[in-house]
Amino acid sequence: MKILGIGCALPPQVVINNQLEQILDTSDEWIQSRTGIRERHILSGGTVAGLALEAGQEALQDSGLTGADLDMILVTTAQGDDLFPSVSCTIQQDLGANCPCMDLHVACAGFIYALDTADAYIKSGKASHILIVSAEGLSRLSDWSDRSTCVLFGDAAGAVVVGPGEGLLSCQLSALSRRDILFGTYTGLPCPFSPPEEKVAAGIRMEGQEVFKFAVGISAADLLKAADKADIPIAQMDWVLLHQANRRIIDAVSRRLGVTPGRVPSNIHRLGNTSSASIPLLMYDLYHAGLLEPGHVLALSGFGSGMVSGACILRWDKPKPSQVKDPVHSLHFT
Amino acid sequence: MDVFTKIAQAIAQRRGSDASQITPETRFDELQLDSLDVAELIMELEDEFSITIDMAQLGATVGDLVNLVNEARK
Repeated sequence: MKILGIGCALPPQVVINNQLEQILDTSDEWIQSRTGIRERHILSGGTVAGLALEAGQEALQDSGLTGADLDMILVTTAQGDDLFPSVSCTIQQDLGANCPCMDLHVACAGFIYALDTADAYIKSGKASHILIVSAEGLSRLSDWSDRSTCVLFGDAAGAVVVGPGEGLLSCQLSALSRRDILFGTYTGLPCPFSPPEEKVAAGIRMEGQEVFKFAVGISAADLLKAADKADIPIAQMDWVLLHQANRRIIDAVSRRLGVTPGRVPSNIHRLGNTSSASIPLLMYDLYHAGLLEPGHVLALSGFGSGMVSGACILRWDKPKPSQVKDPVHSLHFT
Repeated sequence: MDVFTKIAQAIAQRRGSDASQITPETRFDELQLDSLDVAELIMELEDEFSITIDMAQLGATVGDLVNLVNEARK
């Protein structure tokens, strides 16, 4: 498997920390010092499927393929606009595709799991070209009265088209039942045959310190295992792309791994935590900044509610874009 | 190295300060360590002593953390 095309979509509405000060007992200083987030894009209108479609169309165009060439559409999302149909099936027709579609629900690690799934389909000969879209609208799942969580999340979609190749050098997936430290819930409709239950507030709940410990520990461990499988030391990675959960997690993982300074890009200051979309968005920014070159080796790590995690080592095969679209200053480097 | 000395040195290294200024009664907030700093410190201790610390049991002072580590080592 190798990456043939890449795309992204951001809702136009940008919410800066100062705006959150107006509705929550928080401050720009508190948010930035604990998370590194300065602003995030929020779906004020539009849909998760709309973001997925836009990102998917750009990735397809970038790959030089059309929807008719796709053998599968894989979407990763915490929750689409509907319980069903899936986001992947919703966007299939507008992409001009006529292929199987499925959504994967692996929280913030979704993109890594989707890469591994796509690789398995391609290696088995069941598929040649697969569109992966990671599309998230966590602002619609957040409890906007909970200042410890709602400030973290942003909405976005990132997409890649993958095809046959030897780009995925290794992959390491894991999962551990720990609902107690991070979960999101929603309220359903009452059923007359169910006993009345205490109303559970919707939203995302998180034990910050426990999640920090889990994320830092598992991300570093996964990356070391994936690097070992690929027989390439972490120190030799050209880029280490970590799920953009929190600036402090990114810094702690980098310290733990002893990554070469300057090799860990970050865009969390602009986008917040966009769950499974964060890694393809980071890859997109790096590519369009002209910083990804054919032959570069990338280490990717995602982790999230479950708790789930995954890391992979990827050899980049695409030539640089003809024009640098995004200025380098949109990225920070650790 | 005893547990208190290890913790004091780890904090001092993190804050760029003098370990001798830290006592068991020193509170984490006096050290300007926020919750994520403390979480990372605990990860370091878990690695050092091959233990697992339950964050829910964590108190407010360095001495509380020393007791937790000692309990976990039993």
